[in-house]
Amino acid sequence: MRYIANTDADRREMLTTVGLTSLEQLFTDIPQRVKDRFQPLSLPARTEMEVARALEEFVRSNNDWHGSISFLGGGIYDHYIPSVVSHITSRSEFYTAYTPYQPEVSQGTLTAMFEFQTLVCELTAMEVANASMYDGATALAEGVLMAERIVGNKRVAVAQPLFSHYRNVVDTYCWASGIEVVELPATADGRCDTAKIPDKLSSLVIQSPNAFGVIEELEGLKDVLGKALLIVVTNPISLGLLAPPGQFGADVVVSEGQPLGLSPSFGGPLLGLFATRKRYLRQMPGRIAGQTVDTKGKIGYTMAAQTREQHIRRERATSNICTNSALCALAATVYLANLGANGLQEVALLNLEKAHYLARQISSLSGYRLAFQAPFFNEFTVQVPTNPQQLRAGLQEEGFLVDNPTQLASLGVADALRFAVTEKRTKEELDHLVKQLGEIR
Amino acid sequence: MSSIFDRKCPQRAGGLFPTPDVPADGAQKLLPASLLRPGAPRIPCLSEPEIVRHYTHLSKLNYGVDDGFYPLGSCTMKYNPKINEDLARLPGFTQAHPLADAKLVQGSLKLLFEMSKLLSKIAGLADVTLQPAAGAHGELTGMFLVKRYFEDRGEDKRCRILLPDSAHGTNPASAALAGFSVTEIPSREDGTVNLGALEEVLDETVAAIMLTVPNTLGIFEEHILEITEMVHAAGGLCYFDGANLNAFLGRARPGDMGADIFHFNLHKTLSTPHGGGGPGAGPVAVAEQLVEFLPVPRIVQDDAGYHLDWNCPHSIGSIHSFYGNFGVILKAYSYLLHLGDTGLREVSENAVLNANYIQEHLKKTYYLPCDRLCKHEFVLSAKGVAEGISALDIAKRLIDYGFHPPTIYFPLIVPEALMIEPTECEGKETLDQFIEAMEQIAVEAKETPQLLHDAPQRAPMSRLDQTRAARQPVLTHPFDDSSG
Repeated sequence: MRYIANTDADRREMLTTVGLTSLEQLFTDIPQRVKDRFQPLSLPARTEMEVARALEEFVRSNNDWHGSISFLGGGIYDHYIPSVVSHITSRSEFYTAYTPYQPEVSQGTLTAMFEFQTLVCELTAMEVANASMYDGATALAEGVLMAERIVGNKRVAVAQPLFSHYRNVVDTYCWASGIEVVELPATADGRCDTAKIPDKLSSLVIQSPNAFGVIEELEGLKDVLGKALLIVVTNPISLGLLAPPGQFGADVVVSEGQPLGLSPSFGGPLLGLFATRKRYLRQMPGRIAGQTVDTKGKIGYTMAAQTREQHIRRERATSNICTNSALCALAATVYLANLGANGLQEVALLNLEKAHYLARQISSLSGYRLAFQAPFFNEFTVQVPTNPQQLRAGLQEEGFLVDNPTQLASLGVADALRFAVTEKRTKEELDHLVKQLGEIR
Repeated sequence: MSSIFDRKCPQRAGGLFPTPDVPADGAQKLLPASLLRPGAPRIPCLSEPEIVRHYTHLSKLNYGVDDGFYPLGSCTMKYNPKINEDLARLPGFTQAHPLADAKLVQGSLKLLFEMSKLLSKIAGLADVTLQPAAGAHGELTGMFLVKRYFEDRGEDKRCRILLPDSAHGTNPASAALAGFSVTEIPSREDGTVNLGALEEVLDETVAAIMLTVPNTLGIFEEHILEITEMVHAAGGLCYFDGANLNAFLGRARPGDMGADIFHFNLHKTLSTPHGGGGPGAGPVAVAEQLVEFLPVPRIVQDDAGYHLDWNCPHSIGSIHSFYGNFGVILKAYSYLLHLGDTGLREVSENAVLNANYIQEHLKKTYYLPCDRLCKHEFVLSAKGVAEGISALDIAKRLIDYGFHPPTIYFPLIVPEALMIEPTECEGKETLDQFIEAMEQIAVEAKETPQLLHDAPQRAPMSRLDQTRAARQPVLTHPFDDSSG
């Protein structure tokens, strides 16, 4: 096998050293009954060339993504990824390293973690962030559990316009922890109805921009929550323009980090962003890098606040997380560093303007109207005059991809489609989509 | 070490994105002022060459598997084949959107479906979920499955998880996160389960036992069948942590040992890179009686092709945004195709031979608490090497010899533990160099101990002040008012 360096001669010599005569003797401690039951995979070994061919065969049964025009969103967006990102993340010093338990030979990873934490805090206007979670949904679930540890009450309120993949994961984690999940319905303008917030909550979860694309009104929300924590799910690109959740007193901000330089990759690997207040540091899940000095006084970075973590605290740890999304966090760090504050604002504005252009054009078609009047960022919901499934299928035949309307239907919005528009969409493509919508009747 | 925030921050032109081809209305016209950000985030605007040089410099301060020997016990730091990286970057894979119509992603769905089948066979169990994003996430999923299983059977008294005191920290943490209480079983000296102690704690409140096979001392549980039979007889389930699968790949299956649930670490056993801490993947295999509880959506095949099935009324629900870490699973699938059955056997053969070879040599110089045939890894103790010398000192000195240190201070039941896992990829020549370095360090420990206390000297940094990092946490860049 290509990845093994020992030769037969090496193996013979090494066996002699350990006092054995055959490789089989290395496994005499496995019960014979177990070995007798073994069944192989019936999988032949393949050469590298054959493996490449086999995998390329799989790709061929996928859509030609360059040939279609995507308006898919729902938490995963088709943004432009600058070339720099993959060139840095492809450096094997980064991707073949382990978790930086030996800081003297891990300053690359640790410095990037520290930068990532700073960037997440800058985007969200929060005080402390961890070095990543698996994805936005598990970051949210961990936020809900953290609030439960801090506040108690065994009850969380969740705004109804939350992406269903977030809600599903929160439901699973809460079921296991015996936390009741109550839903806050949406009002006619597509925003969460915050007028009737139940009492005795550990936290309130609200997404902005939400599952309809609508930007929530977060002002004053923290004040009516009492002791319950305010958890905000956001979109990091939107924060190039939108007021950050920290400004409204959020206690926890989580997000899917995929828009920051990661490809959709069929939904993984993703990147969970998790930020909170300094006062909750000891209750926070996940790995954190901190600044310190070496014996010569040189500034460097190391893992910090480790006494929260499973390898030290075991069953009393704040989370069981160990492996996270470090390389994806590096990608997001390089992405943001490459854009700078100006570039981030620029890309956010392009998303906003293109989405609003498309929304205006679609609304001008007879029978089409925006489902909600409240402000939106780069994703919006449209009431359509025909069966949305058929409309989606018709668009797909013409090369336009939109989200499955069952997502909206499950949120109580029938006969509607959701469109996400990123900086990659051109005016020509948007006009073409509008023309198609006008023709499919 | 400077971060990007230490750089001066001039206003440089963008050049990444075109000017808008739609009306440039501006945010002020499209959104109410109250929703807009009052000030920009403090992110420096650097030129592309500055960015590239900064991160290239950072990369050179790291040590990865591609830099040299990385015998980090329990982490299986094997070589990450380059072809897998290339295949994972094929645009047809990376651009596939998780919410796209199943018709458009048949290749991706098929790959996941085929991988589930292969992993089920490796585990010797009925079915697999690929959703868990990491080993600990797999453990948590496993614990959710245990909970749901007993809930379904109406056995609500089963609220305890048993685990040996040699277990990885993630095991008790995962059990607790799923709402179980944890009972530790004291191990025998070699870290194996004490059957008498197990017998004592087994009762109708036990939901499951969590075992790592071979255990964290690298020793195979010779009584594994007795253990799983005892737990089953008491009505409990057996969870196996797959961190150490490299030890018996291609020659034994957890299902045949009595496991009901088994998690894989694709980033350990199946060669996907660790990425400086992630992403990994932690698929979970289960026995027949647990299949109905697996997370949704399930990937199924029928006459129309592959699609997602959400209609599983007994499922625990979802545990990941979508279908798991597709990009990681793909690399592991590619690795399996390359190895085939013969390659899998070669992996465990060479991994175990390499570990025993180093053990045989180093037990002459270092205390080996458990002197017997080991599997893919073994644990030495730094105790007794020399007065005042710790496992940490030895680890740091190894850096000066050009090696990544082994895992230290784990498992907890061995004082001053040095846990060494060479993997199958290293050749005898490298192992001999490592053995020689360890022997040399043992001599230095006695004759010139200061060399060890001052180590590392040949790393980008000398020893970092961990106490300061813990006591005065600086967790984000300390901006002063004049910067940014």
